[in-house]
Amino acid sequence: MSEFLQQVVEGLGAGAIYASLALALVLIYRFTGIVNFAQGELAMFSAYIAWQCVHAGLPFWLALLITLAVSFTGGMLIERVVIRPVEGAPELTVVIITVGLFIFVNAAAGWIWSFLIKDFPNPFPGGAAELGGVAVGYATLGIFVVVGVVMGLLYLLFQHTKIGLAMRAVSANPDSARLVGIRVGWMLALGWGLAAMVGAVSGVLVAPQLFLEPNMMGGVLIYAFAAATLGGFDSPVGAVVGGLVVGVAETLAGAYVDAIGADLKVGVPLVIILAVLLLRPQGLFGHAEVERA
Amino acid sequence: MTESTKQAAPVADAAPATGRRDVRALLQERWQWLAAAALVAAVCFAPFQLVPFRVFQLTMVLVYAVALLGLNLLVGHAGQISLGHGAFFAVGAYTSAILLHDHGLPHLVTLPFAAALAFVLGLGLGVPALRLRGLYLALVTLAIAIFLVPLIKRFESVTGGAMGLTLEKPVPPAWTGLAEDQWLYFLALAVTALAFASVYGLLRSRVGRALHAIRDNEAAAEVMGVKLSFYKTLAFAWSAMLAGVAGCVYTWTIAFVAPDSFTVTLSITLLAGLVVGGLGSMAGPVLGGLFVVYVPSLSQDINKGAPGVVFGLLIIVVMLVAPTGLAGLAGRAARSTRKVLQKERRNA
Repeated sequence: MSEFLQQVVEGLGAGAIYASLALALVLIYRFTGIVNFAQGELAMFSAYIAWQCVHAGLPFWLALLITLAVSFTGGMLIERVVIRPVEGAPELTVVIITVGLFIFVNAAAGWIWSFLIKDFPNPFPGGAAELGGVAVGYATLGIFVVVGVVMGLLYLLFQHTKIGLAMRAVSANPDSARLVGIRVGWMLALGWGLAAMVGAVSGVLVAPQLFLEPNMMGGVLIYAFAAATLGGFDSPVGAVVGGLVVGVAETLAGAYVDAIGADLKVGVPLVIILAVLLLRPQGLFGHAEVERA
Repeated sequence: MTESTKQAAPVADAAPATGRRDVRALLQERWQWLAAAALVAAVCFAPFQLVPFRVFQLTMVLVYAVALLGLNLLVGHAGQISLGHGAFFAVGAYTSAILLHDHGLPHLVTLPFAAALAFVLGLGLGVPALRLRGLYLALVTLAIAIFLVPLIKRFESVTGGAMGLTLEKPVPPAWTGLAEDQWLYFLALAVTALAFASVYGLLRSRVGRALHAIRDNEAAAEVMGVKLSFYKTLAFAWSAMLAGVAGCVYTWTIAFVAPDSFTVTLSITLLAGLVVGGLGSMAGPVLGGLFVVYVPSLSQDINKGAPGVVFGLLIIVVMLVAPTGLAGLAGRAARSTRKVLQKERRNA
């Protein structure tokens, strides 16, 4: 039993990371109706920025602060330069553009920092706390805390600030928002900036677990997609719940189903995505879209 | 066209005076045929003029052109997106490789098997995926492309696992007198020509019109009596089949298959090549194939990341300023050249 619980805890730890990237995906989807295929690569790039800062001798938490600021600016810049011109374009166009961004950011990181793997400092101490017979690593606890804080801050921003209110207005109805004087374009850019920042957090959390290299987020992205699909693409709460469920499902399947094992775990998100799309396309917490053609 | 023929007639009558004008009139009237003839001649004579490595590169261009032709059918003509066509490419490649390796079938015989298996898989995956919005298709196909590599590694006894399978290249029949690389090139050329001819015919039939209707407006297409799910699924299956065919020819050409050749990078590169080459045109896949083969080989000396940077930037730039890609630009250039020529002739 305790071994089972141990696996569940491991799964929750992985799931928290998926949740943070899924949160970034959901943020952008809420505001712009775009699924950003480059989200994982942006997170990877942010992790490299953090690595560069730490490498230059800065303390970790200062490096994180700089990374968040750079990611926020970068995200806004991308929205302004690349996404803005295709606002309202067919889905296909937008998806292809984010795929182009994916390729570009991936290769640019390889160009700047080489494709060799790098050691990333772990901000959390090693070792584990004993909780009811289950060893919970401090790193896992740290991830929970960080993801929890990010969620809390986002909640405060959206529910208790004026700018959050404006952003919600834009996502609910851009036309009316514009009529009451909200600068819709800037709010969308802000959404991208926030998403890039949340993604940066997940990149920095992932990097010590895996090794830092340009293709680091490829696998995580697909879990994040599964999480967002499961939770509903327009629901931040869904993204977090979905992330945790996907993390636990993946870990348990890898540990207890022999046919899957450690190598085929990556099939779990595929199955989850397909199952959700067939049974409940809007996800657990999402709203079904009613479309008027 | 008829107008220009009419206008050209008096010029041709007056032509004997100057031979130069005669040639120009001929060029103006028949330039499309002349260009096509020159292209066919160049394509047929190229392998006799180039060193084997260059011939190999051209063969790879043909392989990618077939895969992109398939992808174009789906993305460019039916307006559905796939981020996982590398998976069907891999299915074709492995089907051919396993039949060659374990069953010793002749190379050409493996082609229909590779095509059929990719088609069936495309059909099977298309049925659930295409009931949903295009975005989710991109997600599902991406997940498939990522899942495929560990899956291939798992079935080690059949696929050779991470080490892959080493095979033999097709041996040119003695009567042709061709070298191995030249024979491969002509095999690939034949497959490519056949694939392009079939797709060309398909697009000119009611199927092609149905696909275009779906791409341009799904609701309107449905009202006109186009069965959306039927045509979308079929387009997906054909598209997968062509990718499988390309994979099969790839196996003949490289004579080696390993899972790491078919990562998600391949799928994304295919989409990139198609977008840059030109969505929805017949020339797009060929230009895209040239692009996919030559950009990495020309730029990777600068840096390993250089091809990706070029690809990524070009995709974004193409989508923003020239959504019809290189093929569209070439078409535009050809039209304006013709206009200039016509103007000049009228002035002359």
